[in-house]
Amino acid sequence: MANRERPLSPHLQVYRWQVQMVTSILHRVTGVALVAGMLGMTWGLFALAGGPERWQAFVDCAGSPLGTLALFGFSWALAFHLVNGVRHLLQDAGYGLAIEDFVRSSWISVIGSAVLVVLVWAIVMQQWGQA
Amino acid sequence: MNTSNDLRTPLKRARGLGSAKDGTGHFLWQRITAIALLLLGAYLIGLLLSLGGAGFERAHAIVASPFNATVLLAFLIASFWHAKLGMQVVIEDYIHTPLLAGVAHFANILVCALAAIASVLAVIRIALGS
Repeated sequence: MANRERPLSPHLQVYRWQVQMVTSILHRVTGVALVAGMLGMTWGLFALAGGPERWQAFVDCAGSPLGTLALFGFSWALAFHLVNGVRHLLQDAGYGLAIEDFVRSSWISVIGSAVLVVLVWAIVMQQWGQA
Repeated sequence: MNTSNDLRTPLKRARGLGSAKDGTGHFLWQRITAIALLLLGAYLIGLLLSLGGAGFERAHAIVASPFNATVLLAFLIASFWHAKLGMQVVIEDYIHTPLLAGVAHFANILVCALAAIASVLAVIRIALGS
């Protein structure tokens, strides 16, 4: 085998960061995170099937500072994967593939998911206030 | 076997490599489950927000209602299916050691299938239990 330096294909570190890269990477990262979230949902359903005490233990866990942080992370991962997933479905159908549309829809995914998370947690906080 | 139409080299044929006869199956199911999850998920997020700090009795009754349980079951099956397909691509892209990749693929299928069965069983227990 030749020992001289072979040219490497361009990779993450040689590119200027662009929003299209961020949305592409985040779609994967949030997808993997959501698998963990779905295992948590399975735990919750098991607790609900197991009776009031088991359910209360789950609610206490989910309501703890660490649990709330996990729920917040899960909600954003879901919001992003959902909004960006719709974007991917539209692109699969052949829409929005021009560069400027591609960049614009990337920003819609990032900002739209943040707006969704704020909306959802505003509703949750309001309900906690009433409870 | 008629090999005159086989475009593979004899070596490829001997190794049994070539089309897995799966075609666009992976791509299509990823999209079909995505669309299903979009619709089912929107309903369930609305349901979850309307629950708002409900206690055990109310949460149990809402999941037990036949319509909600049906939507939830469809959501669980579609999501673990979608998860299996997605994790499979991640493993294919980043794990290049054949043995480790094989173990990872097996673990992926096992975890997704078991979690799907467990969560479906939990919903059925809630829906049919007294």
